[in-house]
Amino acid sequence: MNIPEPRGPISAGLIALLTRDPGADPAALATLHALVTERVAVVEDLIDDDVQLALFCLYELHYGGLAGVDDGWEWHPGLIGIRHLMEEPFEAWLRSEASVMTDSVRTPASRTHGSDATAALLFDMAARDSGPSVSRHVAKKATVEQLREFLIHKSLYQLKEADPHTWAIPRLTGRAKAALVEIQADEYGGGRPERMHSALFARTMRGLGLNDSYGGYVDAVPAITLASVNMMSLFGLNRRLRGAIAGHLAMYEMTSSRPNQLYGNGFRRLGFDAAVTGYFDEHVEADAVHEQIAGRDLAGGLVEAEPDLLDDVLFGAAAASCIDVRFGVHLMDAWESGRSSLRSLVPATN
Amino acid sequence: MNDSPLNPASASLVLCPDGPILVRGDFDVVLPSGEPVPRQRQTVALCRCGASAIKPYCDGTHKLINFRTEPPDLQGRGNKQGKSPRES
Repeated sequence: MNIPEPRGPISAGLIALLTRDPGADPAALATLHALVTERVAVVEDLIDDDVQLALFCLYELHYGGLAGVDDGWEWHPGLIGIRHLMEEPFEAWLRSEASVMTDSVRTPASRTHGSDATAALLFDMAARDSGPSVSRHVAKKATVEQLREFLIHKSLYQLKEADPHTWAIPRLTGRAKAALVEIQADEYGGGRPERMHSALFARTMRGLGLNDSYGGYVDAVPAITLASVNMMSLFGLNRRLRGAIAGHLAMYEMTSSRPNQLYGNGFRRLGFDAAVTGYFDEHVEADAVHEQIAGRDLAGGLVEAEPDLLDDVLFGAAAASCIDVRFGVHLMDAWESGRSSLRSLVPATN
Repeated sequence: MNDSPLNPASASLVLCPDGPILVRGDFDVVLPSGEPVPRQRQTVALCRCGASAIKPYCDGTHKLINFRTEPPDLQGRGNKQGKSPRES
């Protein structure tokens, strides 16, 4: 994707560094390291534009890369070190936010936790009514401009849909591994590139006159949108957080079918056809399958094999929920006040 | 799940508690005439509660109607042990 516009000293320093050759300017690297150290010590709310954009850029080096940035930066130890400086407080913040939900989940005292029981816990968490309903608003009231904003927010993830969870495959074994591959094979179209979920989403965007190029709207989205993707990258790229990525996927799948039905209804209400609603229609059916596999075989299977990972599975699920609520609050606050939920004016067509 | 490795079943039906029937493996979904039902994926979830808007496939409506696959007294016992009495 194209390099984004910086949003503060960290992202500015990082972007300037990345446009040079890896390791060409150790002094600049050291300066950035010191700057980040100083800054994260005082940031309380990690949904900070500068930090989240920097993290997004750093993670992007593992996905599609950044235009004009040497791929050699991906594993540069100095850069990984800078990423750690931001990942640590981000993870701590997520755990703190998630604790409200995880503290209220009753887990059995027994050490062994069958996969049905893990799935039941996750379904219970997913069923909790939390935050304003973006999907109901989209179904019944959203304007075309709000639909475009909605797609723009979603595009930061959906145009690389499933990739963050794919990282976990080599870190799993047995039933959990088979389950994740089963889900992901579906996400990626089962061998048909045009059925890949990211391809379906791109088609939806084009139907609304939006630019479907990957990362095209990165400058328009607020920190909460970036954070929701960064959270997945944090979980997916760290072996020690494999429980969290499994829990995240379970929660994501379990809170999908009904909202996607409502999103589809909203687009149909405003006259859009099956080429546009196909993404949502596909998810209603696919995620009714995926939620069972993710809850029982993936998360449940993982906890059966590694019982110590139950806490992280629940953390991942709760964190997904918390971030989703905060995103929903941001959207509805803006829309109910007649404001845009984006950072800047976005052209309506290519 | 209890298949002999020498004679694996070609398809398996997973009875999801309070939910659909997941079908994995080598199978066709057809009308009585033999005509194939549209199918987008390898593993499917068949509606068990009867309320799906996209039958035969599950769309998650069972969660909205609190569909239960076990009578309440069996269900309580099943969940606490992490297993249902009959279903492994």
